[in-house]
Amino acid sequence: MSQDIQIKKGLDIKLKGNAEKVTENAISSNVYTLKPEDFHSIIPKLSVKVGSKVKTGDTVFYNKANENMKFLSPISGEVVDIIRGEKRKILAVKISADNEQQFVDFGVKDPKAMKAEELKSHLLAAGCWPFIKQRPYDVIANPANTPKAIFVSAYASAPLAAEYDYVLAGKEKELQVALTALSKLTSGSVHVSVGKNSNSPFAGLDNINLHKVSGPHPSGNVGTQIAKIDPVNKGETVWTINPQDLVIIGELLLTGKFNSERIVALVGSSVSAPKYYKTKIGASISSIVEGKLKGDNNRLISGNVLTGRTKSLKDNLGYYDNIVSVIPEGNDYELFGWTMPVFNKLSISRAITFSWLFPNKKYDLNTNTNGEHRAFVVTGNYEEVFPLDIFPMQILKACMYQDLDEMEQLGMYEVAPEDFALTEFVCVSKQPHQEIIRKGLDLMLKEIG
Amino acid sequence: MGLKENLHNIKGKVNGTKWQTMFGAVHTLFYTPNETTHSGGHLRGADDLKRTMMNVVLPLIPIFIFGMFNVGFQHNAAINGFPEGMSFFSPEFWNFENFSLGAMKLLPLLIVSYVVGLGIEIFFATINNHEVEEGYFVTGMLVPLIIPIDTPLWMLTVAIIFGVVIGKEIFGGTGMNILNPALTIRAFLFFAYPTWMSGDKVWVTGAVERTNEIVAGANLDAISGETILGGLAQGNQLAYSVSDMFLGFIPGSVGETSTLLILLGGLYLIYTKVASWRIIISSVIGALVMGLIFNGVVDLGWINEGSKFYSLMSTEFWHHLLIGGLAFGIVFMATDPVTASQTNKGKWIYGFLIGFISVMIRVFNPAYPEGVMLAILLMNVFSPTIDHYVVQGNVKRRLKRLKAKTA
Repeated sequence: MSQDIQIKKGLDIKLKGNAEKVTENAISSNVYTLKPEDFHSIIPKLSVKVGSKVKTGDTVFYNKANENMKFLSPISGEVVDIIRGEKRKILAVKISADNEQQFVDFGVKDPKAMKAEELKSHLLAAGCWPFIKQRPYDVIANPANTPKAIFVSAYASAPLAAEYDYVLAGKEKELQVALTALSKLTSGSVHVSVGKNSNSPFAGLDNINLHKVSGPHPSGNVGTQIAKIDPVNKGETVWTINPQDLVIIGELLLTGKFNSERIVALVGSSVSAPKYYKTKIGASISSIVEGKLKGDNNRLISGNVLTGRTKSLKDNLGYYDNIVSVIPEGNDYELFGWTMPVFNKLSISRAITFSWLFPNKKYDLNTNTNGEHRAFVVTGNYEEVFPLDIFPMQILKACMYQDLDEMEQLGMYEVAPEDFALTEFVCVSKQPHQEIIRKGLDLMLKEIG
Repeated sequence: MGLKENLHNIKGKVNGTKWQTMFGAVHTLFYTPNETTHSGGHLRGADDLKRTMMNVVLPLIPIFIFGMFNVGFQHNAAINGFPEGMSFFSPEFWNFENFSLGAMKLLPLLIVSYVVGLGIEIFFATINNHEVEEGYFVTGMLVPLIIPIDTPLWMLTVAIIFGVVIGKEIFGGTGMNILNPALTIRAFLFFAYPTWMSGDKVWVTGAVERTNEIVAGANLDAISGETILGGLAQGNQLAYSVSDMFLGFIPGSVGETSTLLILLGGLYLIYTKVASWRIIISSVIGALVMGLIFNGVVDLGWINEGSKFYSLMSTEFWHHLLIGGLAFGIVFMATDPVTASQTNKGKWIYGFLIGFISVMIRVFNPAYPEGVMLAILLMNVFSPTIDHYVVQGNVKRRLKRLKAKTA
């Protein structure tokens, strides 16, 4: 069964600063950082102290609710700092890298010969479990569940996204092993989606259902693909995983090592020569961007411009991210910005905005909100960019007034904050859609579980 | 230092004080704020609410200007007789005499509308500590266009206070209201001062005054201040040509007369995607269907010429869009996104019923032959119900999917 996905509703935000298909080694970072905030809803328990020596693959902290779920050091070195916030909440663990890299050996495994339970405990112990996320709630998967399906989106439609076909080329062996392992963990199948005209390394692999995707963003969002292939009903669970994390799982099974190496795209209009860099999870942002930016009034984002997190130079690459976007900050006033004709910004209306005239123009957008926060007023524009069979404004309002029944009825189990990135972009009232959805999901997780 | 820096410095000083709201309203009029994204996505689209609202006001401006000329034109035509063979650019219409009389009458209404309405908005925004929202930007422009030209300014003031406070602010301001504020203002006038709001005296400026002078014993000719609809409701036949009605050389509320300009405005709103084309088209269909039904009733002979409904029922179905405020209401009032249905499917139903009920009220309510205000207000009240059932459809589909799975 191979079902193709075509969507019409959506919006491609075409930006300047796409990465050239060249990979260089990033400067090796001196300090690597693990941040518990990357693992939403996990409460960490530390296994190390300041001064502890760790190898790549040693546990740094584990999940308080499930002690088997380990979060490993991406590097061998010494724990130099543990930053805490209010109520001694752990904000970051900083590890300085040694010159000589040592790896913990988890042993070579053949997933074909393993049972689901064995695989699960191996992935948990070897630090690869956090790569697997679940819907509902968009959090790290609960290992006690058996999902009805597992979804991998190998088609990146987000603005300036790293091209999976390029970064995964030559990794067929790792991908295959990882997918074989995952196929043991679900009662259904593993669905992999690739671009319609792509030359994907997934094309010839076994144990998967391959889907070809076409249409504007968010066609590459895994949430869109789940909705079109096998939507989540109440009581059901699906798991999702990013393609580049499959490589880490594959390598673990093939070599016994937790190799946190990752190819990251440095993109955006503030980058002088956007291209790909080889680095490791938790590397400092400065090691990736230092000396490669134009101007100094920029926003550094780990992730894409729609869903990534704001970072400073001292911060680190997010655990799940394979892209660093840098765009100009928009912290300036614009004279009569609300009445003047607009040529250099993107809009889905034609309210004296002219982006509809130039469908292929690439924009240099900044972080200005282009207006102030307002109550919901305009209707019908979210639907134009929202391909799911869900009423976006109604579900947002249900989250705001915290009506759990209504949230459930309207499809809250199916969504993740990233599904609302485009409605947030087009929102005339500048409402924080992703934050509203995240808070709604957290509320449901707390109240319903 | 330039204006930008000066305003920025003042902003720093007034922040946290009670002047923040008022200063913010003025500041954002000149400059889009220097605010950047701080949660979720890092980019935002180019449109904000100010831009959206401005694009509703824009097509109202030609209608407003036409209205100024028409106020003077109707007054002079009522005294000197209606000139024959008018075309859109006739000098009998576009002359300074008409304009100056109209401007004298209409501008005070506009000024009162904005001063009173915005005053209330700023007051409420200040005590509630939020920004001044742009809703009244459109409402304030609509109000002078939908009331009789001779409405006394004190009356208008009272109505605006009622409409904005009761119609909008008590629900939480722009975005939260159930009823269209401009129509709430009009409805208040209509029910509180009915003699000023309907009948055969109020629609041409000077008519009421002249009547009072005649009563007082002056030897003058009366000025008729009747609209076409009013005439039809009394059983009189149309005195105006279709072209006059389409171009707008007829008496009525200031904004409603020129179907041509309203049509252009509607096309602009649809083209810019500011108003819902679904509502506009379905409303037109609704009005035509009801008109056709009434024409059918007449054709079948179910009603005879003696009936008080006969003239309006026998009015050709598409003429309903040319006379009265129906077209204006459909394009500029029914499409208010806050009070309309919010789902796309709901918009079809909502719009259809507005057109349908407007024509129905016209025919069956001879005392007040303009139905569009009441039809829109009625559907404003029912639009949450329509949305509820549309959304329930989605909820049921989700439950069915679950059942199919578990069965």
